[in-house]
Amino acid sequence: MATPNALLVIIRHAPHGSNWLREGLDAALVAAAFGQPVHLLFMGQGILALMKEQSSGAPGQKATLPTIDMLEMYDIDKLWVAEEALQAFHIPSDRLVDGVTVIPEREIPNLFQQHANILNF
Amino acid sequence: MQYGLLVMGAPYSSPAPHSALRFAHAVLSRGHQLAGVFFYHDGVHNASSLMAPPQDELNLHNAWLELNQQHATPLDVCIAAALRRGLMNESEAQRHGKQTYNVFSPFELTGLGQLHALQQRADRLITFA
Repeated sequence: MATPNALLVIIRHAPHGSNWLREGLDAALVAAAFGQPVHLLFMGQGILALMKEQSSGAPGQKATLPTIDMLEMYDIDKLWVAEEALQAFHIPSDRLVDGVTVIPEREIPNLFQQHANILNF
Repeated sequence: MQYGLLVMGAPYSSPAPHSALRFAHAVLSRGHQLAGVFFYHDGVHNASSLMAPPQDELNLHNAWLELNQQHATPLDVCIAAALRRGLMNESEAQRHGKQTYNVFSPFELTGLGQLHALQQRADRLITFA
């Protein structure tokens, strides 16, 4: 996991309330398209981005779930989710899209140490 | 040390751009290098040449220009985030059939690849959001 050059993109905002999620995912996709290993960490409200069966958002906003579903095509296959965030929202992990890895918050500092590059959205 | 700055807050809505400017001048005054500034998310509004705050307030657009004039700091703006928010240069205005535009050199509309290049070029990328 300690790939040199790997980028960790942290998502902390829910879909549709702002453009943070969309633009964070864009940053992840572009890095992956340039061949950089990219991993994602969802914390706080950011876990809501992974909820299954979302439709499009507030009027005039595109859905972000199709982008989440597309991540694997870009070789972004590590999606970490903070366990405490799931508990805080009372969301069981089976309500999230497939392929996520739930980790306790105490392991998050290790993730930061393993990534030379981190972007926070 | 080489620093890169990522600015994601809009002027006058967020303290982020002003903090970023102060940080930029602080690192330069201590003999470090500034590899570049990348504007993303609402930070793209910093590139608007049309901002006209009252005269007794700092004009952040002009403050970025001064930074560039004094230190040749690249000022890169994410083109997708900019176009979404109504910021464009002459060639984008022509492409999109707009009558006017508000982004001029040394602000450059560029892709997110430049953000990742800046992060890899710099020893530290500092986010202001």
